[in-house]
Formats: sequence, C-alpha cells, structure tokens
Amino acid sequence: MPFEPVILFFLLGLCAGLIRSDLKIPGVLYESLSIFLLLAIGLKGGVELARYPLMELALPGLIVVLVATLIPLTAFPLLHRVGRLPRADAASIAAHYGSVSVVTFAVASSFLAARGVSAEGYMVVFLVLLEFPALMIGVAIARRGSASAKWGPLLHEVFSGKSIVLLLGGLIIGWVAGADGIKPLDRLFFDLFKGMLALFLLEMGLVAAGRLADLRRAGPFLLAFATVMPLCAGLLGVVTANFLDLSVGGAVLLATLYASASYIAAPAAMRIAVPEANPAISIGAALGITFPFNLLVGIPAYHWLAIRLQGVI
Amino acid sequence: MTIQPTLRKLLTIVCEAELENSLLREFAHHGVTGYTITEARGHGAHGTRDAAWPASANIRIEVLCEERVALEIVESLQEKFYQNFGMVSFLSDVQVLRPEKF
Repeated sequence: MPFEPVILFFLLGLCAGLIRSDLKIPGVLYESLSIFLLLAIGLKGGVELARYPLMELALPGLIVVLVATLIPLTAFPLLHRVGRLPRADAASIAAHYGSVSVVTFAVASSFLAARGVSAEGYMVVFLVLLEFPALMIGVAIARRGSASAKWGPLLHEVFSGKSIVLLLGGLIIGWVAGADGIKPLDRLFFDLFKGMLALFLLEMGLVAAGRLADLRRAGPFLLAFATVMPLCAGLLGVVTANFLDLSVGGAVLLATLYASASYIAAPAAMRIAVPEANPAISIGAALGITFPFNLLVGIPAYHWLAIRLQGVI
Repeated sequence: MTIQPTLRKLLTIVCEAELENSLLREFAHHGVTGYTITEARGHGAHGTRDAAWPASANIRIEVLCEERVALEIVESLQEKFYQNFGMVSFLSDVQVLRPEKF
C-alpha cells in the first residue's frame, strides 16, 4: 500500500468535486467531525503526556517553537520580494505556513501507526504550541509601520478559537484521566478515529477541489512555493528532531508539523486581523496544494529523510 | 381597540460568517437591542459561498431599529468592512407593533 487508505477518501472527495458531483457534506457535519478530531487528538496526547514529567518538556518545547519562527520569517521575504505579492498577502500566507494543520498531523500519525513506527506521545503538545506563534508573527509583519494592529480581536480569535480550546481541553482531560480513566471513552474517541478521519478527508477533498480554481489566478510562483516550502520546513523539522534526540517517528511528526500549513485556525484569524489579505490565495495554496502534497508526497518523504538522517546530525 | 402599527427600518446584512462577532460589537456600540442571525448561502462578487466549511459560510443578520440608528450602522459598515469583506446591506420600511421594543 503506497499510502494510507484514508488518503483515498481525500482523493475521492477531490474527484467528486472536480467532476461537479452533487455530493455535498453538510456544514454541520464538517463542524461535528472537526470537533471530534480535535478532541480525540487532544485526548490521545493527554493520555501519553501523563507518562512524562511535564517540566522536562519545557526546554524542547521552547526550542521547537523558536526554530519554527524561522518558517514565517523566511516565507514572508520570499513571497513579498521574490514572489512580488502585496505585504498583506505575503504576511498572511507566511502565517498560514508557519502555523500547523491538525489533520495533516493526524494522517502522519496514522502513517506511522500503519508501519509500526512509534513516536513520542508528547508531540501533541508541540502541535498546540505551534498553532499560534506564526499567526502573531504574520500580523506583526502585515502591520509593520502602521499603528492599527488589531491585537485584541486576534488574541481572542486565536485563544478562544475551537482548535485551541478543544486540543488543549482534550489534552488536559486526557492528562487528568490517564490511560485507565479514559478507557470508557476509548471506543468513541480512539477506535472510531480512523473512520471519522476518512469522512473528514472526503469533505476536505470536496472543499480543496473548490479552491483549485482560485489557484489559476495565483501564478506559478505560488504553486512552486506551496510545494518547495513544505519540503524545506520538513527538513528543518527532521534536523531539529535529531538535535532534540527524538525517535524516527517523532522526527516525522515534527517535520509534518513544520511542513504543514494551517487551514482551520489561520484563515479565521487572518480574516479578522489582516482583512485586506485575499483569503482565496492563502487558503488556495494551503489547502489546494500543500495539504494534498503533504498527504501524498511530503509525509513519506519526511519518513525517508528521518531514517536517512537519524544519528547523522 | 384598533392596533396602530408604527414605521421602523429593517436593516438586513448578508456577509461572511467570520464577521459575526465584529458586527455584534458594532450593534452594541450603536445601542441596538435585538437582532436575528440566520445561516446563509449564495453567490455574488466573492464567488459561490456554499457554506461547505467555515471559510465559505455566510450569515444574514436582520435588525429592526429607528431610521437614524440604521443609517449610522450602514455608514459605519461601509467605512469598516465594505472594502475587504463580502458584504451586502439594505434597508426597508416595515411596520411594527410595540414600537418601544425597536
């Protein structure tokens, strides 16, 4: 099997969208599935986290976040100077790529599980930590030189947004409950996880197909950016993971976090904080290209890199 | 006893769902006491808004108020949101009972 069966659901959705099928997943189901996935990922991470002393994660967490700031800080000048995109658009896209995609992370986890590769359970903590710093950087860059940064609404949007509330909430519930306490919920949150992920990917395929039209206007530079940037960020993730002595599985997950582009938290936050940025371009790149690219090419590539580079750096 | 309807303005706004909180703050600022929000789909200058996921969802907000308040809100919306967001707003004359509510 070259890739995960769940990815075939994404491709099915993509095909259905491209042939203009009347298949439609109701918005309410999208909401329900995303709530389920965010909670389940948080819970799983929390249960694993209960096995580690929390303080030991402080330094690696700080390193992971600091290195990750390189992604938006590199992406912005590339997009603005080389790609000649307006400042607001370049900053918004940089924020999308600096932040993370929870679903890409879930697919990478299931890629590893299918191959029997284990990973550090606390990677979910990094997922939570990496969600928002890039959004702040994106807004700061977009607003440089003007005093009208809307920090209040942005902070509220990010920290009260459902991604953070459910991921962090699930993490805490899982951590408090521990492996035994969470057992009664296993069937719902862990056994059904892959099926729910498959349905969500079917929906994302449909949505991604709808965004492809936007990309025709974006031009070849953005197409190249949306595939090369994740590969470079993925490499940065593998190198950072090696520096932190993570396992091969941990390296794949960190690479996936660095390489993925947010399309749930970032669009909502950017729309409020940088309204002049065109959401069609940033979501088109993040969801139309980078998301499928990571699913089909990126994750196997980061796995290959993690094996090759283990112990080298 | 005959019921005497009173004239008020119905302000209808169709816009991106992500603007909901910003608009509610706007209403509070202008002293609006009530509103109704419904989820909406449609097509316009910003393409098809099919509500398949939050980034393509619209809402339709209705506010009953005095003409002065409605005009103030419309002016403020035009200044703050028209340039960067998908938004349509329009006013219509309506007759209400219990005018003190609006």
